[in-house]
Amino acid sequence: MSTEPVRTTCPYCGVGCGILVTPNGTIKGDPAHPANQGRLCSKGTALGETLGLANRQLHPEIHNARATWTEALDLIAERFATTIAAHGPNSVALYVSGQLLTEDYYAANKLAKSVLGTANIDSNSRLCMASAVAGHRRAFGEDLVPGIYEDLEIADLVILVGSNTAWCHPVLFQRIQAARAARPTMRIVVIDPRRTTTAAEADLHLPLRPGTDVALFNGLLADLHAHGGQTDARYGADATGLDDAIATARAETPDIATTAALCGLPEEDVAVFFALVRATPRTVTLFSQGVNQSSAGTDKVNAIINTHLLTGRIGLPGAGPFSITGQPNAMGGREVGALSNMLAAHLDWTTPGDHDRLARFWNTPNLPAAPGLKAVDMFHAIADGRIKAVWIIGTNPAVSLPRGTTIRDALANCPFVVVSECAADTDTSRLAHVRLPALGWGEKDGTVTNSERVISRQRAFLPPPGEARPDWHALAAVAARLGHAAAFAWTTPAEIFREHATLSGFENTGARRFNISALATADYATLAPTRWPCPADGPAPARLLGDGRFPTPDGRPCMIPTPFRPPAANATAEFPLILLTGRLRDQWHMMTRTGPVPRLMAHAPEPILSLHPADTTLPDATLVRATSPHGTTILRLRHDPTQRPGTAFAPMHWTSDLCPQARINTTIGDATDPISGQPELKHTPIQVSPYPTSWTAFILLRHRLPATIAPWCAIVPEPNGVWRHELAGDTAAETALAHLTDLLDIGPAWLRFDDPAHTQHRAILVRDGALLAALFLGPNLPSRAWLTTQFAPAIPLPSRIALLAGALPGAPAASPPICVCNGIAAAEIDAAITAGCRTIDAIGRATLAGTGCGSCKPEIRALLARIPEPA
Amino acid sequence: MNIVIGAGPAGTRCATRIAEAGHPVTLIGDEPGQPYDRVALSRYLAREVSQQDLISDLPATVTHRPGRAVTAIHRDTRTITLDDGATLAYTRLILATGSTPIRLPMPGATLQGVLAYRTMADVDAMIAAARPDAPAVVIGGGLLGLEAAAGLAARGMRVTVLHAVDRLMERQLDHTAAARLARHLAAKGITLITDARSVAIEGDTNAQAVRLADGQILPADLVVMAVGIRPRIDLAREAGLATARGIQVDAAMRTSDPAILAIGECAEHDGACVGLVAPAFVQADVAARTACGHPACYTPSADSAALKVAGAPVWSAGEVEQTDTQPLILDDPDGAYRRLLLRDDRLVGALLYGATEDAAWYMRLIRDAAPLGALRATLPFGPAYTHAEAAE
Repeated sequence: MSTEPVRTTCPYCGVGCGILVTPNGTIKGDPAHPANQGRLCSKGTALGETLGLANRQLHPEIHNARATWTEALDLIAERFATTIAAHGPNSVALYVSGQLLTEDYYAANKLAKSVLGTANIDSNSRLCMASAVAGHRRAFGEDLVPGIYEDLEIADLVILVGSNTAWCHPVLFQRIQAARAARPTMRIVVIDPRRTTTAAEADLHLPLRPGTDVALFNGLLADLHAHGGQTDARYGADATGLDDAIATARAETPDIATTAALCGLPEEDVAVFFALVRATPRTVTLFSQGVNQSSAGTDKVNAIINTHLLTGRIGLPGAGPFSITGQPNAMGGREVGALSNMLAAHLDWTTPGDHDRLARFWNTPNLPAAPGLKAVDMFHAIADGRIKAVWIIGTNPAVSLPRGTTIRDALANCPFVVVSECAADTDTSRLAHVRLPALGWGEKDGTVTNSERVISRQRAFLPPPGEARPDWHALAAVAARLGHAAAFAWTTPAEIFREHATLSGFENTGARRFNISALATADYATLAPTRWPCPADGPAPARLLGDGRFPTPDGRPCMIPTPFRPPAANATAEFPLILLTGRLRDQWHMMTRTGPVPRLMAHAPEPILSLHPADTTLPDATLVRATSPHGTTILRLRHDPTQRPGTAFAPMHWTSDLCPQARINTTIGDATDPISGQPELKHTPIQVSPYPTSWTAFILLRHRLPATIAPWCAIVPEPNGVWRHELAGDTAAETALAHLTDLLDIGPAWLRFDDPAHTQHRAILVRDGALLAALFLGPNLPSRAWLTTQFAPAIPLPSRIALLAGALPGAPAASPPICVCNGIAAAEIDAAITAGCRTIDAIGRATLAGTGCGSCKPEIRALLARIPEPA
Repeated sequence: MNIVIGAGPAGTRCATRIAEAGHPVTLIGDEPGQPYDRVALSRYLAREVSQQDLISDLPATVTHRPGRAVTAIHRDTRTITLDDGATLAYTRLILATGSTPIRLPMPGATLQGVLAYRTMADVDAMIAAARPDAPAVVIGGGLLGLEAAAGLAARGMRVTVLHAVDRLMERQLDHTAAARLARHLAAKGITLITDARSVAIEGDTNAQAVRLADGQILPADLVVMAVGIRPRIDLAREAGLATARGIQVDAAMRTSDPAILAIGECAEHDGACVGLVAPAFVQADVAARTACGHPACYTPSADSAALKVAGAPVWSAGEVEQTDTQPLILDDPDGAYRRLLLRDDRLVGALLYGATEDAAWYMRLIRDAAPLGALRATLPFGPAYTHAEAAE
């Protein structure tokens, strides 16, 4: 066996970090990869802990019964064929994922559009990047991200809009921070309603009223224009729509005071921000989901781009608008065109000749004449029966789409649902008629494209488990059964990639900047990270659009007038708080991979609803109902003085698997952006009320129980194979106790503490000196942290009474974990600070905290700030 | 002259206190030899201590008359008559006559080898009769019976305990603690039969077996009866003192005749007779002060019983379970068992089995009778944990 490490790519966010996997399974950042240069974040560092085969779908299933691949593929082909025959091609759909590899994406797109004859293929990228795509296309004529990561390091001003970069793209944030540390004149401005970890690190934080980004950037545009920002610009004067855009901006936000009032910001802060932008040619505006996930997402993107077009700050070193993606291969999906409003390879319906070009390249008469349904509309069509067969690949729409309960109902009533998944049991796959076992990270072989257009190989270093196969293989097999074997005769992902690369250069004389035709002849096996474009007929510049030529019919960029529109739903007397959603530092999407990893769960083990203390009379840590007109979730309240008053925040991650009552998207409406179709996941009016808890409990066990054991249940993996179950209910405590006693088979061998009059009950099972299980029910629950550590095999059990007490005699309160990599808690860091460590480096030397992936450094800084320096 | 009748623990204590106060005192006991620590008899039986270790020293100023019984009290002349015909005059007379073990009136109850368990003589007889591997039966699963059983087992006998109700030490223990104690005894080789009704002791001159109502015959070279005690009040009653179950006394331990006091198991204060040594000592101290002309007042405190039953620590205090008490129960099947009784947020009773080191703390809580408040949540874990959880 080779002793060379396998070079592959991280499967999480859009930064696209290179990874080295050694033969013994160690995971390290790849120093040779341009995205991360050796760094990794907490999630990437813990990838080795996500590779177990627990809860993997290992063989095909039809109607919940094991089946062969042949039976499953035959059934899929037959049902899709008969559905199309009876109801037309638009009665079927594919719903895919930004986590597919480019080759899988290509195969899915080709199956939909060339074989099934429908453009009803959309991706969960619709929830993530669609507004950026639409904004790019409106402004540039093509979906282009002009900048590269290096621009973030050489810029003098980095504006982060709607992006908690420190948590969601940690390695990129570390690169920005390192650049600022090396060049202290560099400035970071964060525009975000929340005081995120990112915002806390900024030189200036503008906590604007949610949904008012367009007004802020219109105000900036008017200000730049008023100060002559366009006069020395290269394109501003040429841009189509300049006058309209300026007029719109000036009409609504003529000055700083008006802008500040609309955005709910202090005038002085807006003035500082505008002055900073005016004075700084090297300005990068990086934006993410806070911009995109909005009913005005596309306008937000264009309002940002307008300021760069006006000032000519685009396509230059250290200057440009910069969309950063949430998923590892959202970019790859955009490149192959696996979205309902694209054809393929940046070909589209609106450019004359493109439809014919693709039909000829694919040699298909079936190419749909018009765009298909975008994600939210697609699920409406499933709900109302227009779509009767759907194939979902690598995504969990029952949780991730808004109005999750409606989505679940729609899938439950859909006549034929196929789900390709690596996980055995998800909220979506539970509803499937056919389940196909997909490959997971470490088993897949193909390519991904990151947010700076770098195409990297993802290489397999593990064998496929069970009967799992690549998604492209299943897609091609169905195409073959539908009579298109020749067009899908690939035997390797390399062949698919070559076809994709060839298509990008097909009859492309420069009209499409996406051109990777040079890679059609490259050695796929050894392909190094490569930034596109890379046309076969010559080199391409690192930065796009730097030459002042845009892929529009007349070569000029477009400035789009973006009149401010408030979000679709606003606060009312009944629903007075605005719910924002987002990611947590150590979690990924629906937690299928990160949820079971204890050290990733330790940072935020339960689903939280953050409120400003002034917005609630309920005590911290109460279980509360967050109710919107669409649904209710039950979350644990956290008082957060940094939360903007009038707003709430909840993480997006929890599913039925770990906390069924915390599926936040069940409360979110499905208003979408009129152009991009991206749903407004970040602006939902809610009311918050106490959950009428009549009992609370927790169970610690060496295996996990289903999350349905209590009216409210949050399951948390802990170290040493322990599963924590946090429980609460509005039912009778005695009934709950009886139920849990039966469930755990609590008998005479258990240690018990019972105070029936106060419904305080504890039961612990110790066998052969090892703690096996614990149930604590009642109003007084001790810290779980110490008790959990008693499950460790090497720790001698303390007196058995201490186990029932849940604490050592006189034990101090438990301390929250900060550094997940090295397992360092806040108390240890506090102790180091008190002992004289006054810098992050000094704390790292003393405790190891922050010396792993470094994602926790902002939190260490916050601890430092909390403890005053001795005089 | 002060005269104390009865040289058991209470009487000895009272005489000692009077002598220490500088007053003359005579101590009359019907057992031969020096006063001894009756509570420690079980340890002597179990060979944990020697007979000599049990002997109490008396102050030299106490006139001790061992082996003498009092046959009459003459209140009109303030004299008593002894069984040797002597007459002694008293200014104050203190009755510490204790109690008599109850002997079940069953056939064979007077055979040789049928013993009570109260005095040094009883224990010496048991030691003399004990033979390794020979069968012994103890009738009565209260504290004394179990101590006797454990002592005989320690001397190698195969002991069976017969208990008339469904659990051991039913006045101190609940079912769980009693079951735990039964397991502990079984581990020591002691067989327990509950709900056992013994109807006869069989044998010609020596006891040979105990017959039960269900027909079972249990071989027994030695039978110990430990089914309860009865206060010894015949002397007082014949003297015309007010008696009920015991000799009725006031808070200064005076009987219906102010010159005569009564203490210990024979005394009845406020309708209750004490059965444990600690309150008997308190009564002895009160009586000594009264006898010396000082004011003194006996206040019964919550009963607490720290017992070492056959090596198993058991402690109980305060009330037993009632309909208006709320139990808190800590149950470690391999260790501690604690049942705490609360009323109106106050600790009113406690039973500790296995781990009794926190007994003093619970005793104080019962005596203080203060509202528990947040303490309730950690109460069964003991004082070491009150801080632990308060820090949460």
